[in-house]
Amino acid sequence: MEKIPILRMGQFLLVTIQVDLYDQLAENLESDLVNMVKTHNAAGVLIDVSSVSIIDSFMGRILGNIATMSKIMDAETVVVGMQPAVAITLVELGLPLKGVHAALNVEKGMELLNSKLLLNKNEEDEDLEHDDNSDSSE
Amino acid sequence: MVIVKEQDVVPFRNRVKEAAVKIGMGLVNQTKLITGASELVRNMLKYGKGGVAKIEILSTSRDRGIRLIFEDKGPGIPDIKKAMQDGFTTGRSMGLGLPGTKRLMSEFEIWSEINKGTTVTVVKWKNG
Repeated sequence: MEKIPILRMGQFLLVTIQVDLYDQLAENLESDLVNMVKTHNAAGVLIDVSSVSIIDSFMGRILGNIATMSKIMDAETVVVGMQPAVAITLVELGLPLKGVHAALNVEKGMELLNSKLLLNKNEEDEDLEHDDNSDSSE
Repeated sequence: MVIVKEQDVVPFRNRVKEAAVKIGMGLVNQTKLITGASELVRNMLKYGKGGVAKIEILSTSRDRGIRLIFEDKGPGIPDIKKAMQDGFTTGRSMGLGLPGTKRLMSEFEIWSEINKGTTVTVVKWKNG
Protein backbone atom coordinates (compact mmCIF):
# COMPACT_ATOMS: atom_id res chain seq x y z
CA MET A 1 0.00 0.00 0.00
CA GLU A 2 1.33 3.39 -0.99
CA LYS A 3 1.73 5.98 1.71
CA ILE A 4 2.49 9.67 1.85
CA PRO A 5 5.45 10.20 4.20
CA ILE A 6 5.04 12.63 7.06
CA LEU A 7 8.24 14.21 8.39
CA ARG A 8 8.68 15.74 11.78
CA MET A 9 10.52 19.06 12.02
CA GLY A 10 10.67 20.36 15.57
CA GLN A 11 7.14 21.19 16.60
CA PHE A 12 5.82 20.88 13.07
CA LEU A 13 4.81 18.11 10.73
CA LEU A 14 5.89 18.39 7.12
CA VAL A 15 4.11 16.63 4.27
CA THR A 16 5.23 16.82 0.67
CA ILE A 17 2.71 15.37 -1.75
CA GLN A 18 4.70 14.11 -4.72
CA VAL A 19 2.20 11.81 -6.39
CA ASP A 20 -1.26 12.28 -7.80
CA LEU A 21 -3.62 11.29 -5.06
CA TYR A 22 -6.50 8.94 -5.40
CA ASP A 23 -9.20 9.07 -2.78
CA GLN A 24 -8.07 6.28 -0.47
CA LEU A 25 -4.54 7.68 -0.34
CA ALA A 26 -5.88 11.11 0.59
CA GLU A 27 -8.11 9.65 3.30
CA ASN A 28 -5.18 7.72 4.75
CA LEU A 29 -3.10 10.88 4.78
CA GLU A 30 -5.85 12.67 6.68
CA SER A 31 -6.04 10.07 9.45
CA ASP A 32 -2.26 9.57 9.61
CA LEU A 33 -1.71 13.31 9.97
CA VAL A 34 -4.32 13.84 12.65
CA ASN A 35 -2.93 10.89 14.60
CA MET A 36 0.57 12.28 14.31
CA VAL A 37 -0.55 15.69 15.54
CA LYS A 38 -1.62 13.90 18.69
CA THR A 39 1.35 11.55 19.15
CA HIS A 40 3.98 14.22 18.44
CA ASN A 41 2.18 17.09 20.13
CA ALA A 42 2.59 19.06 16.91
CA ALA A 43 1.87 22.77 16.89
CA GLY A 44 1.60 23.04 13.14
CA VAL A 45 1.15 21.09 9.92
CA LEU A 46 2.76 22.15 6.67
CA ILE A 47 1.51 20.59 3.45
CA ASP A 48 3.54 21.15 0.29
CA VAL A 49 1.34 20.79 -2.79
CA SER A 50 3.81 22.28 -5.28
CA SER A 51 3.99 19.09 -7.33
CA VAL A 52 0.25 18.45 -7.26
CA SER A 53 -1.28 19.21 -10.64
CA ILE A 54 -4.89 18.49 -9.69
CA ILE A 55 -6.91 19.35 -6.60
CA ASP A 56 -10.53 18.37 -7.05
CA SER A 57 -13.41 18.73 -4.59
CA PHE A 58 -12.49 15.56 -2.73
CA MET A 59 -8.85 16.46 -2.26
CA GLY A 60 -9.90 20.00 -1.37
CA ARG A 61 -12.25 18.67 1.24
CA ILE A 62 -9.48 16.54 2.71
CA LEU A 63 -7.24 19.60 3.00
CA GLY A 64 -10.06 21.50 4.70
CA ASN A 65 -10.71 18.56 7.03
CA ILE A 66 -7.05 18.34 8.01
CA ALA A 67 -7.04 22.06 8.83
CA THR A 68 -10.25 21.88 10.87
CA MET A 69 -9.24 18.72 12.73
CA SER A 70 -5.78 20.08 13.50
CA LYS A 71 -7.29 23.35 14.65
CA ILE A 72 -9.43 21.72 17.31
CA MET A 73 -6.32 19.85 18.38
CA ASP A 74 -4.48 23.17 18.74
CA ALA A 75 -2.35 22.94 15.59
CA GLU A 76 -2.32 25.29 12.61
CA THR A 77 -2.27 24.09 9.00
CA VAL A 78 -0.47 25.83 6.17
CA VAL A 79 -0.71 24.75 2.54
CA VAL A 80 2.27 25.88 0.49
CA GLY A 81 3.28 26.08 -3.15
CA MET A 82 -0.09 25.83 -4.84
CA GLN A 83 0.19 26.15 -8.61
CA PRO A 84 -1.68 29.06 -10.22
CA ALA A 85 -3.73 26.81 -12.50
CA VAL A 86 -4.79 24.74 -9.50
CA ALA A 87 -5.84 27.85 -7.59
CA ILE A 88 -7.90 29.13 -10.54
CA THR A 89 -9.61 25.77 -10.89
CA LEU A 90 -10.37 25.47 -7.17
CA VAL A 91 -12.08 28.85 -7.04
CA GLU A 92 -14.13 28.18 -10.17
CA LEU A 93 -15.11 24.81 -8.81
CA GLY A 94 -16.47 26.67 -5.79
CA LEU A 95 -14.04 25.48 -3.17
CA PRO A 96 -12.82 28.34 -0.98
CA LEU A 97 -10.67 26.16 1.36
CA LYS A 98 -11.82 27.87 4.50
CA GLY A 99 -9.57 27.71 7.55
CA VAL A 100 -6.55 26.73 5.51
CA HIS A 101 -3.64 29.14 5.70
CA ALA A 102 -1.48 29.46 2.62
CA ALA A 103 2.07 30.46 1.83
CA LEU A 104 4.03 30.71 -1.38
CA ASN A 105 6.74 28.20 -0.47
CA VAL A 106 7.95 25.97 2.33
CA GLU A 107 10.21 28.65 3.78
CA LYS A 108 7.42 31.23 3.98
CA GLY A 109 5.10 28.56 5.31
CA MET A 110 7.51 27.81 8.16
CA GLU A 111 7.75 31.52 8.94
CA LEU A 112 3.98 31.73 9.03
CA LEU A 113 3.70 28.78 11.39
CA ASN A 114 6.39 30.22 13.64
CA SER A 115 4.71 33.62 13.75
CA LYS A 116 1.35 31.99 14.55
CA LEU A 117 2.99 30.04 17.34
CA LEU A 118 4.56 33.20 18.72
CA LEU A 119 1.26 35.05 18.48
CA ASN A 120 -0.60 32.35 20.37
CA LYS A 121 2.11 32.31 23.00
CA ASN A 122 2.01 36.08 23.46
CA GLU A 123 -1.74 35.98 23.84
CA GLU A 124 -1.41 33.39 26.56
CA ASP A 125 1.25 35.47 28.32
CA GLU A 126 -0.97 38.52 28.16
CA ASP A 127 -3.83 36.56 29.64
CA LEU A 128 -1.54 35.49 32.45
CA GLU A 129 -0.37 39.04 33.11
CA HIS A 130 -3.95 40.12 33.14
CA ASP A 131 -4.73 37.55 35.76
CA ASP A 132 -1.76 38.72 37.84
CA ASN A 133 -2.94 42.32 37.69
CA SER A 134 -6.43 41.49 38.77
CA ASP A 135 -5.02 39.47 41.62
CA SER A 136 -2.85 42.34 42.89
CA SER A 137 -5.68 44.86 42.76
CA GLU A 138 -7.84 42.76 45.03
CA MET B 1 -11.59 3.08 -20.79
CA VAL B 2 -13.39 0.99 -18.17
CA ILE B 3 -13.43 2.45 -14.68
CA VAL B 4 -14.36 0.11 -11.85
CA LYS B 5 -12.07 1.01 -8.97
CA GLU B 6 -10.48 4.07 -7.41
CA GLN B 7 -7.02 3.22 -8.71
CA ASP B 8 -8.32 3.55 -12.28
CA VAL B 9 -8.82 7.27 -11.72
CA VAL B 10 -5.15 8.26 -11.84
CA PRO B 11 -4.36 6.52 -15.18
CA PHE B 12 -7.57 7.97 -16.62
CA ARG B 13 -6.56 11.48 -15.58
CA ASN B 14 -3.19 10.88 -17.24
CA ARG B 15 -4.91 9.83 -20.49
CA VAL B 16 -7.00 13.01 -20.43
CA LYS B 17 -3.86 15.04 -19.86
CA GLU B 18 -2.09 13.35 -22.77
CA ALA B 19 -5.00 14.20 -25.06
CA ALA B 20 -5.06 17.81 -23.85
CA VAL B 21 -1.32 18.19 -24.36
CA LYS B 22 -1.64 16.67 -27.82
CA ILE B 23 -3.95 19.45 -29.01
CA GLY B 24 -1.82 22.08 -27.29
CA MET B 25 -4.29 23.10 -24.61
CA GLY B 26 -2.97 25.69 -22.15
CA LEU B 27 -2.12 24.74 -18.58
CA VAL B 28 -5.10 26.45 -16.95
CA ASN B 29 -7.66 24.86 -19.28
CA GLN B 30 -5.85 21.54 -18.96
CA THR B 31 -6.13 21.72 -15.19
CA LYS B 32 -9.81 22.63 -15.39
CA LEU B 33 -10.47 19.74 -17.78
CA ILE B 34 -8.64 17.17 -15.67
CA THR B 35 -10.21 18.40 -12.44
CA GLY B 36 -13.67 18.18 -13.99
CA ALA B 37 -12.87 14.73 -15.35
CA SER B 38 -11.77 13.67 -11.88
CA GLU B 39 -15.07 14.84 -10.38
CA LEU B 40 -17.14 13.00 -12.98
CA VAL B 41 -15.14 9.80 -12.67
CA ARG B 42 -15.62 9.87 -8.92
CA ASN B 43 -19.38 10.34 -9.35
CA MET B 44 -19.46 7.41 -11.71
CA LEU B 45 -17.63 5.20 -9.20
CA LYS B 46 -19.54 6.33 -6.17
CA TYR B 47 -23.07 6.52 -7.47
CA GLY B 48 -22.98 4.48 -10.67
CA LYS B 49 -20.75 1.66 -9.41
CA GLY B 50 -18.27 2.20 -12.21
CA GLY B 51 -18.72 2.58 -15.93
CA VAL B 52 -17.02 3.54 -19.15
CA ALA B 53 -15.18 6.80 -19.81
CA LYS B 54 -14.33 7.87 -23.35
CA ILE B 55 -11.91 10.52 -24.53
CA GLU B 56 -12.36 12.12 -27.98
CA ILE B 57 -10.39 14.83 -29.72
CA LEU B 58 -12.59 17.34 -31.55
CA SER B 59 -11.46 19.40 -34.49
CA THR B 60 -13.47 22.17 -36.06
CA SER B 61 -12.37 24.99 -38.30
CA ARG B 62 -12.48 27.36 -35.34
CA ASP B 63 -10.98 25.41 -32.48
CA ARG B 64 -9.87 22.06 -31.18
CA GLY B 65 -11.11 20.46 -28.03
CA ILE B 66 -11.59 17.37 -25.91
CA ARG B 67 -14.86 15.60 -25.41
CA LEU B 68 -15.27 13.27 -22.44
CA ILE B 69 -18.17 10.86 -22.12
CA PHE B 70 -18.97 9.09 -18.87
CA GLU B 71 -21.47 6.25 -19.03
CA ASP B 72 -22.70 4.20 -16.15
CA LYS B 73 -25.51 1.71 -15.69
CA GLY B 74 -26.18 2.71 -12.11
CA PRO B 75 -29.40 3.74 -10.38
CA GLY B 76 -29.74 7.03 -12.27
CA ILE B 77 -30.39 10.48 -10.86
CA PRO B 78 -34.01 11.08 -9.76
CA ASP B 79 -33.85 14.88 -9.88
CA ILE B 80 -31.19 16.29 -12.19
CA LYS B 81 -32.18 19.88 -11.47
CA LYS B 82 -31.51 19.30 -7.79
CA ALA B 83 -28.26 17.43 -8.49
CA MET B 84 -27.02 20.45 -10.44
CA GLN B 85 -27.48 22.76 -7.46
CA ASP B 86 -24.45 23.83 -5.45
CA GLY B 87 -24.34 22.06 -2.13
CA PHE B 88 -26.87 19.35 -2.90
CA THR B 89 -25.60 15.89 -2.12
CA THR B 90 -26.96 12.46 -1.32
CA GLY B 91 -23.50 11.22 -0.37
CA ARG B 92 -21.20 12.63 2.25
CA SER B 93 -19.41 15.06 0.00
CA MET B 94 -19.93 18.78 -0.48
CA GLY B 95 -22.21 18.62 -3.47
CA LEU B 96 -19.84 20.55 -5.73
CA GLY B 97 -19.08 17.82 -8.26
CA LEU B 98 -21.72 18.40 -10.92
CA PRO B 99 -22.32 22.17 -10.68
CA GLY B 100 -18.60 22.83 -10.18
CA THR B 101 -17.68 20.71 -13.17
CA LYS B 102 -20.22 22.55 -15.31
CA ARG B 103 -18.45 25.79 -14.45
CA LEU B 104 -15.08 24.32 -15.43
CA MET B 105 -16.18 23.00 -18.83
CA SER B 106 -17.16 24.69 -22.08
CA GLU B 107 -20.12 22.41 -22.66
CA PHE B 108 -21.95 20.12 -20.27
CA GLU B 109 -24.75 17.66 -20.92
CA ILE B 110 -26.34 15.17 -18.61
CA TRP B 111 -28.78 12.39 -19.31
CA SER B 112 -30.16 10.08 -16.69
CA GLU B 113 -32.94 7.57 -16.34
CA ILE B 114 -33.92 5.78 -13.15
CA ASN B 115 -32.58 2.20 -13.02
CA LYS B 116 -30.97 2.61 -16.44
CA GLY B 117 -27.99 4.79 -15.78
CA THR B 118 -26.43 8.17 -16.27
CA THR B 119 -24.41 9.65 -19.11
CA VAL B 120 -22.48 12.88 -18.74
CA THR B 121 -20.86 14.46 -21.79
CA VAL B 122 -18.52 17.42 -21.45
CA VAL B 123 -16.46 19.40 -23.91
CA LYS B 124 -13.55 21.68 -23.18
CA TRP B 125 -12.33 23.79 -26.08
CA LYS B 126 -8.67 24.63 -26.31
CA ASN B 127 -9.40 28.34 -26.23
CA GLY B 128 -12.63 28.36 -24.28
